[in-house]
Amino acid sequence: MKAWLTALTVLLCSGLALALGGAMLALPEFAVRLPAQVTANLDTSGVSHPVTAVLLNFRGYDTLLEVAVLLLALLGVFALSRHADEHAPRATPAHPVLQTLARLLAPLMVLVAGYLLWVGAHAPGGAFQAGAVLAAAGVLLRLAGLLPAWAQPGRLLRGGLALGLLVFLAVAVAGLPQGSLLHYPVSMAGALILLVEAGLTLSIGLTLAGLYLASAGAKR
Amino acid sequence: MTPALAFDLLLIAALLWSAARALTIADVFHAVVLFIVFGLLMALAWARLGAPDIALAEAAIGAGLTGALLLDAVGHLRARQREPEQ
Amino acid sequence: MSAALLYALAGAALFAIGLAGLLLQPHLLRKILAFNILGSGAFLILVGLGQRDGIIDPVPQAMVLTGIVVAIAATALALALARQLLDLTGQMRLPEDRPDTEPADD
Repeated sequence: MKAWLTALTVLLCSGLALALGGAMLALPEFAVRLPAQVTANLDTSGVSHPVTAVLLNFRGYDTLLEVAVLLLALLGVFALSRHADEHAPRATPAHPVLQTLARLLAPLMVLVAGYLLWVGAHAPGGAFQAGAVLAAAGVLLRLAGLLPAWAQPGRLLRGGLALGLLVFLAVAVAGLPQGSLLHYPVSMAGALILLVEAGLTLSIGLTLAGLYLASAGAKR
Repeated sequence: MTPALAFDLLLIAALLWSAARALTIADVFHAVVLFIVFGLLMALAWARLGAPDIALAEAAIGAGLTGALLLDAVGHLRARQREPEQ
Repeated sequence: MSAALLYALAGAALFAIGLAGLLLQPHLLRKILAFNILGSGAFLILVGLGQRDGIIDPVPQAMVLTGIVVAIAATALALALARQLLDLTGQMRLPEDRPDTEPADD
């Protein structure tokens, strides 16, 4: 690339940063107090941790669509990596120390994921963090050569991938007769959120692990 | 200058440095390692912003899983470059 | 100036660094890194500005949590595409960015 073009790009990007910073410093006071609104409505959300309340109750749409996006991305990765994996050799067994460590850590990580899922109702934690820990366990097992690559996921695995989205959709639609989509009755909100989060944890964990297992490590 | 402010400034400097280095360093593997460092520093920044939820997710997803994906891609790239040209 | 606003300003700088990297780096893996750094900058701006009065705001925090998961999904898909390009062409860069500009070498 020409040197003057590079210099111009750097100059323009620096200008953008300065303009953004200047705009931030010139911002007026808040017109709407979102934290106060969240606190005021926390009692009706079914959980006592505000971030979980926003994620799964007040702004459930975001989370619902996000899970769909995650699933679509995995489908894209599957579609791209399919033909290359037909003759992929079996994973070479890793060092025995790594294998032993993975065998010890994986159940512990599943336990941590369960804890994070449960604690999400009233403290930092929840489906995303729990799913991430589950996925990390999957990646670790793959690195230790204890899991095969996912060239063609079976029915059970596909069901697990879709479970979170399906449970979430079912709960969202079930509220439709009483009010609107994603409207939980106050008395059942806590239980419904836990149900949705349990499904999400499994599906997010499988999907994130699948993003690694489907493409990465398929050819080695 | 309070210790908290000093820590914030130091953390921000480290964030900007690791981001800029990850994009300019010659070797791709080094770039990925610097990016993982950047992800962990981001987790610290989220903790400083009073967002433990994001800090947890960033450490596990932003640094851990993204790092694993990127390192695997680098390995694939290197294996490909080592192959003789067809 | 609150600490949150400081982090929002850092987010603006990260956004610019990421954007410059995305535009200038021809290597696709680095473009993916740059895209992630750009996204992290946007996340910092979102949370930092939302909490600039020093009160913790769960709404932008939840949105960023969603954003991080979407970012890794996009990253994994981009890596799979880059890998496909590498398998098909042996190059980790887009055709218009290749240094050798001879037309149609295959």
